Amino acid sequence: MLTVDNIHVYYGSIHAIKGVSFSIKKGEIVTLIGANGAGKSTILNTVSGILKPKTGSVMFQDKNLIGVPAHKIVAGGLAQCPEGRRIFLQLTVVENLEMGAYTRPGNELADSLADVFDRFPRLKERRNQMAGTLSGGEQQMLAMGRALMSRPTLFMLDEPSMGLAPLLVQQIFSIIKELNDTGTTILLVEQNAQMALSIADRGYVLETGRIVMTASAQDLLHDDNVRKAYLGGT
Amino acid sequence: MTFLSYLISGLSLGSVYAIIALGYTMVYGIAKMLNFAHGDVIMVGGYMSFIATAHLGWPPLASVLLAMVVCTALGIVIERFAYKPLRAAPSLAVLITAIGVSYFLQNAALLIWSSNPKSFTSIVRLPSLKLFDGELTVSSVAIVTIISCIIIIIALTFVIGKTKIGKAMRAVSEDKEAAQLMGISVNQTISVTFAIGSALAAIAGVLLCSAYPILMPTTGSMPGIKAFTAAVFGGIGSIPGAFWGGLLLGMIEIFGKAYISTELSDAIVFSILIIVLLVKPTGLMGKKISEKV
Repeated sequence: MLTVDNIHVYYGSIHAIKGVSFSIKKGEIVTLIGANGAGKSTILNTVSGILKPKTGSVMFQDKNLIGVPAHKIVAGGLAQCPEGRRIFLQLTVVENLEMGAYTRPGNELADSLADVFDRFPRLKERRNQMAGTLSGGEQQMLAMGRALMSRPTLFMLDEPSMGLAPLLVQQIFSIIKELNDTGTTILLVEQNAQMALSIADRGYVLETGRIVMTASAQDLLHDDNVRKAYLGGT
Repeated sequence: MTFLSYLISGLSLGSVYAIIALGYTMVYGIAKMLNFAHGDVIMVGGYMSFIATAHLGWPPLASVLLAMVVCTALGIVIERFAYKPLRAAPSLAVLITAIGVSYFLQNAALLIWSSNPKSFTSIVRLPSLKLFDGELTVSSVAIVTIISCIIIIIALTFVIGKTKIGKAMRAVSEDKEAAQLMGISVNQTISVTFAIGSALAAIAGVLLCSAYPILMPTTGSMPGIKAFTAAVFGGIGSIPGAFWGGLLLGMIEIFGKAYISTELSDAIVFSILIIVLLVKPTGLMGKKISEKV
C-alpha cells in the first residue's frame, strides 16, 4: 500500500533522514520506533507532503506522492494525526471534525460525525465546546477523530500516547487496534515501544535518520538490543 | 443637536474605517502580514466608480460592483505576484514589499489619472434627512455608510463563523501545517482572504469618496493608515476588534475636531492609540501578542 524508497530529507544543511526505505501492506499495523530526534516525525511529514525529500520516492497505492502538495494527499486516503495533536484550539469540537472532512463530499458529513462520536463518546458530549478547553486525553481523541473524518485507508499516528496517563494510553491503543480490525491500515510512530510493538504486526527501528533493524513485532519485543535501548530491559 | 450631528458624522467616518480595518485584520489574521497596500486598493476602487459613473454613465450601484470586481482581482493579483513568493521570507521583507506595492499603485494611478484631483459625485443620490423640524440634517451618504458597515460586519461574521471556507480560514490562521493535513489549501485560503478584503476596500473607497468627494492618487493612504490604527486599536487579527476600533476611531476623530482642535485631531487619535497600547498591548479585543513585525 505504501512504499517509501531510499528517501533523504534535509532541514537546511542538516541531513535528517539518510536513505530510509520501508513498506506497509494493506491491513497491517506497522510501527516506527526510535528515540527523540531519530527522524520519526520527519518521515511522517515527508509522506504527508509537508516536507519534500531531496531524493527517493514515496509510492501510495501505486501513485507517486513526491511533488504532490500536502493538501491533495489527504484526499487520496492518507491521513496523519500529527505529533502534539495540533487541533484547532479556537474552533469547537464539531468544527475541528468538520475540518477533518474538508476534502469529503458534504452529504457524508453526518455519517462520518456519527462514526467518530460512536468511537469517541466523550467528543459527542463536548461537541460545542472550544477544543482548547478539552483535557489532554480528549484532545488526543479529537485529533484522531478529526483525522478519521477524511475516511483514510492509511492512517498515520505520530506519538498518540504522548503526555497521557497510562489508562488513557491503553484506551487509545485499543482504539487503534479496533480501527485496524475494521480495515484501516496503520502506520504508528511511537516512543512507547512496548505499547506500539504489542499491537503492531511489524516494526522498524530508527536511529539518527537510518533504519537499523526491522522484524516482526514479536521478534523486536524479544530482541536483546531493542529491549536494552527502548524497553527498559537489562 | 450639534452633538447628535457630530455623533452621526463620527459613526459614518468610523464605519468607513471599520470596513477598511476589516480587510487589514483578516489578512493579518490569516497571512500574518500587514498589507500596507490595502489603502491604495481603496483609491483604485474610488477611481473605478468615478470612471463608471462620470465617463461611462453607469448607474451608481453598477459602478460599485465594477469597483468591487476590479479591486478583488487586484487584491488576488497583488497577493499572487508580490506576497506569495515571499511566503517563507522574514516578515520584514514582506512588510517592505507591501510598502513597495503601495507606492507602485499610487504611481501607477498618477500615470493613468494624473495628479489633478477629480471631483467625485456621490453615489448616494437621495436627499438629506431632516429631523426635529429641520434642526438636525443627516446626509444620506452617512446613513448608507453606517448601514453598509452593519450589513458587512453581519455578513462577515456569518461567513467566518458558519461557512466551510470561513472555518478553513480560522484553521489556517491558527495552524497552517495542521490545516494542510486536513486537505485545506493554504494558498487558496489566503487568496480568498485577499479577495474579500479587497472587495471591502472597494466599498470603503466608494463610500469615502462619496462623503469626501475629492479623488486623487493619494486618497487612500491616510484613511488606510487610520484604518490600520483602528485595527491595532481593536486588536489586530480580531474581526469585532476591527469593527469597534474603526467606529471608536472615527468618533474620536470627529469629536476631537469639534470640541478640542481641528489641527490636533489626528494627534488626539494617535495619542489615544498609544495610551490604549500602553495599557493593553494586544488592543481592545486582541487575544495574543504576535512576534511578527
